[in-house]
Amino acid sequence: MSVAVVASGLDKVFGRGTDAEVAALSGIDLMVQDGEFVSLIGPSGCGKSTLLRLVADLIEPTGGTVTVFDKSAHQARLDQDYGMVFQHAGLFDWRRVAANIELPLELKGWSKADRSRRSREMLDLVKLPDFSRHYPRQLSGGMQQRVSIARALSFEPRLLLMDEPFGALDEMTREHMQGELLRIWRETGTTVMFVTHSIPEAAFLSNRVVVLSPRPGRIHTIVDVDLGERTEETREDPEFFAAATRIREALRAVEDGS
Amino acid sequence: MKFRPGALAPPLVAGVLFLGAWELTVRGFGIREFLLPKPSSIWEQLVDQWPTLRHAGWETGRIAVSGLVVGILAGVLLAVGATRFRTLQEGLTPLAVAVNATPIIALAPIFNAWFGITGSLSNQAVVVAVVFFPVFINTAKGLTEVHPDEIELMRSYAAGEWTILREVRIPNALPFFANALRLVAPLSVIAAIVAEYFGGPQDRIGNVITSNAGFARYDAAWAAIAVASAVGLALFATALLVERLSMPWRLTEGYGETEN
Ligand SMILES: Nc1ncnc2c1ncn2[C@@H]1O[C@H](COP(=O)(O)OP(=O)(O)OP(=O)(O)O)[C@@H](O)[C@H]1O
Ligand SMILES: [Mg+2]
Repeated sequence: MSVAVVASGLDKVFGRGTDAEVAALSGIDLMVQDGEFVSLIGPSGCGKSTLLRLVADLIEPTGGTVTVFDKSAHQARLDQDYGMVFQHAGLFDWRRVAANIELPLELKGWSKADRSRRSREMLDLVKLPDFSRHYPRQLSGGMQQRVSIARALSFEPRLLLMDEPFGALDEMTREHMQGELLRIWRETGTTVMFVTHSIPEAAFLSNRVVVLSPRPGRIHTIVDVDLGERTEETREDPEFFAAATRIREALRAVEDGS
Repeated sequence: MKFRPGALAPPLVAGVLFLGAWELTVRGFGIREFLLPKPSSIWEQLVDQWPTLRHAGWETGRIAVSGLVVGILAGVLLAVGATRFRTLQEGLTPLAVAVNATPIIALAPIFNAWFGITGSLSNQAVVVAVVFFPVFINTAKGLTEVHPDEIELMRSYAAGEWTILREVRIPNALPFFANALRLVAPLSVIAAIVAEYFGGPQDRIGNVITSNAGFARYDAAWAAIAVASAVGLALFATALLVERLSMPWRLTEGYGETEN
């Protein structure tokens, strides 16, 4: 099995040398296998978004290195190896829903016909088939978030970086989207790094759950989750509850500062 | 939201009521015509002097529109340049903000010395100077005040600066630009007329107003003012139309962020 993401000795200090200096991440060593589903969980402000943005080459580390598919993170960004779902939906007001989903395809030079076929498929996937001609402002927050997920999935990136993508969704839509994400993950063999605040969500989706501790953000524990093929029944499986309990205990330990 | 002709009814009714009240007030209180002429006398002058007024309105409108176009083009181009090249931005923007806070119109007599008093050029230059700064400042603001998340998203697609300009900065700047446009469209007519007060050819609205006022023909001066108002309103309406057509996604919204 090849490797998708390697972080070694990764440090990130914001505003170094100013009085607003924040040590966001310190000494992160993490290896994500190709095709793996890894979740990041931890208290607010512990550096989860920062870690994703380092992998995405949107910010530079102050120490250590990141490689993505054996390339520098920078090269991987230029090659558009990843798709990112940001914590805020970040849709463009001036583009209709379909045009928002098609934006990365447009930048990659897809033909108009291919683009609109794909955006239709994606809108079906996120259960918004009737909203392609709407503007983002005419959608609720959760609907906008689903459009932004559709946009990230539209070009089938080898790596998906998702920052609390389901945070704004109601429970049923959330479970539906989790199922869909797992289906896409299985079918395309993509690698996922997934930030969440939800323990059951992390347990249900992931092969491994990375528990971070805050200030500076460090990897506290990595919880392995082995539930085999996930189905809706998995949500009631004792194994699933056991995994959730292990994650919860790790988080408690983080909160207690041990 | 489609344009509804019915939306025109309330302002039209208000306008007619206003003119009616004006007429009755002047008649009822016996206000002397040189202080405030009746709308009916102004209308008579408008009909009587129509060839002169139409010509003057056309000439002044031409100066306002040409100055407007040049000022807008210069403002937008420089704003784009200032966004792309940081040094330009850092030098130009504070200067523009400072100049914009000065009464540029006061330069009109000096522009006459620079550009000559016989042709239209001096008056056009005043309009350009008045139009340029609000357009430049607002557009530059709209081009730079982009949400950082939107830039990060584009960078995640490996988009370069020009693509970001086209896909994010320019659409983001459109509402700012539209605000500037709503401001400078009527301002261009004001600038043209005030500039004409200080000289230039004699067949323009500004000169028609001053010469009629000089001979105490106030009803004729008011008729010229009415023509100028019509030109200003037409330009303002055009600005609104441009705003609507260029930003279909904002049609459901009221006026957005206001600058100036
Ligand atoms: N651009 C930035 N400039 C300065 N400090 C930053 C910046 N981005 C993040 N930080 C700081 O880094 C720390 C980690 O932030 P980060 O956004 O990664 O947290 P998070 O784990 O994603 O939190 P949440 O769960 O609330 O989203 C915080 O203390 C934050 O204040
Ligand atoms: Mg975050």
